[in-house]
Amino acid sequence: MTARIGIVTFPGTLDDRDAARAVRLAGADAVSLFHAEPDLKNVDAIVLPGGFSYGDYLRAGALSRFSPIMEKIVDAARGGMPVLGICNGFQVLTEVHLLPGSMIKNEHLHFICRDQTLRVENADTDWTREYEAGQDIIVPLKNQDGQYVADEHTLDELEAEGRVAFRYVGWNPNGSRRDIAGVTNQRGNVVGLMPHPEHAVEHGFGPDSIEDGHAGTDGLAFFTSAISSLLATA
Amino acid sequence: MATIVVHVMPKPEILDPQGKAVGAALPRLGFDQFAGVRQGKRFELIVDGEVTDEVLAKAREAAETLLSNPVIEDVVSVAIEDN
Repeated sequence: MTARIGIVTFPGTLDDRDAARAVRLAGADAVSLFHAEPDLKNVDAIVLPGGFSYGDYLRAGALSRFSPIMEKIVDAARGGMPVLGICNGFQVLTEVHLLPGSMIKNEHLHFICRDQTLRVENADTDWTREYEAGQDIIVPLKNQDGQYVADEHTLDELEAEGRVAFRYVGWNPNGSRRDIAGVTNQRGNVVGLMPHPEHAVEHGFGPDSIEDGHAGTDGLAFFTSAISSLLATA
Repeated sequence: MATIVVHVMPKPEILDPQGKAVGAALPRLGFDQFAGVRQGKRFELIVDGEVTDEVLAKAREAAETLLSNPVIEDVVSVAIEDN
C-alpha cells in the first residue's frame, strides 16, 4: 500500500507544489488538502508547507491556525499522525500549540535566503529516522520571521528531552535561541523547522554541493522517514 | 458606536528587533534624547452599541487568544476609549 501524505494549502501558501513533488519523489501519494475544507481525505501523514499564509498578517501563522482544517489536524496529531511543519507551517504549529515556542523577526531584520547547514540532533522522530543523529545536512533557508524564541525553562526542557530536532551549524542565520532550527513534540510525530527540506530532493534542483552544482538532495530523507514510520506502525 | 482599545507589547525578555531598528534610526535624525524603543500593536475593536461587562470580557478573551501570542507578547491593556 502506498502511503498518502496530505499537503495543506492556505491562502498565501507558496511551497505546496514543491512539498507535493518531494512526497512523490520519496515514493508516497501526494494529496492536496485545502484550509477551508475540514476533510483530511484519509491521509496517513500531513505536511504544512511554507509561504506567507494570510500575508503573515497579525503574526506569521496566527490566522491560519483558525482555518477549518486545523481542528482536524490537531486531533490527528494528538492521535499520533506524523505532521511536518516547514517554515510558515512551523509557525502555524507553534501558534496552534502543537509545538512550543514561537518565531519572531530575524535579529538582523533582513529576509534571508541561503543554503544552510543543519545538524540532525534527534534521528528518532517520524520525520528524521532515516538520518543519523549528529548528521549534518544542507537545505535551503528563506525567511524573515525565523528567529526561534521560547522562555529559558522551555528551552531547558526541550534540551533535556532531546526535543531540539535540528540546530544551525556554522552560522546562526536569524538569532534563534540556542541555534535551534527545528523542534519535535514529545512523541516524535509532530516536527517543525524553518529551513526547507522539500527544496533539496532532486539532483539538479537542490543546494550546491562540493562535487556538483544544485546536486544536494539532503532533504529527501524527511519524506522517506515519514513513509518508513508509517510502514513500521502499519 | 464605541471602541475598545487593546495594546499588545513584546514581552520584556523577548528581543524586539523592530523596536531596536527604530531606536537605532532616531539618533541619525537628531533625536538623541531616547535611550531605547520598543514597538507594540494597538487594536481598535468597534462595538455596535453599548460596551457591557460581557462585551469587555469577550474583548479580553479575544486579546489573549488571537490578538496576542502569550509566548512572545503581553496584553498590556484592554480599555474602552472615551469619545
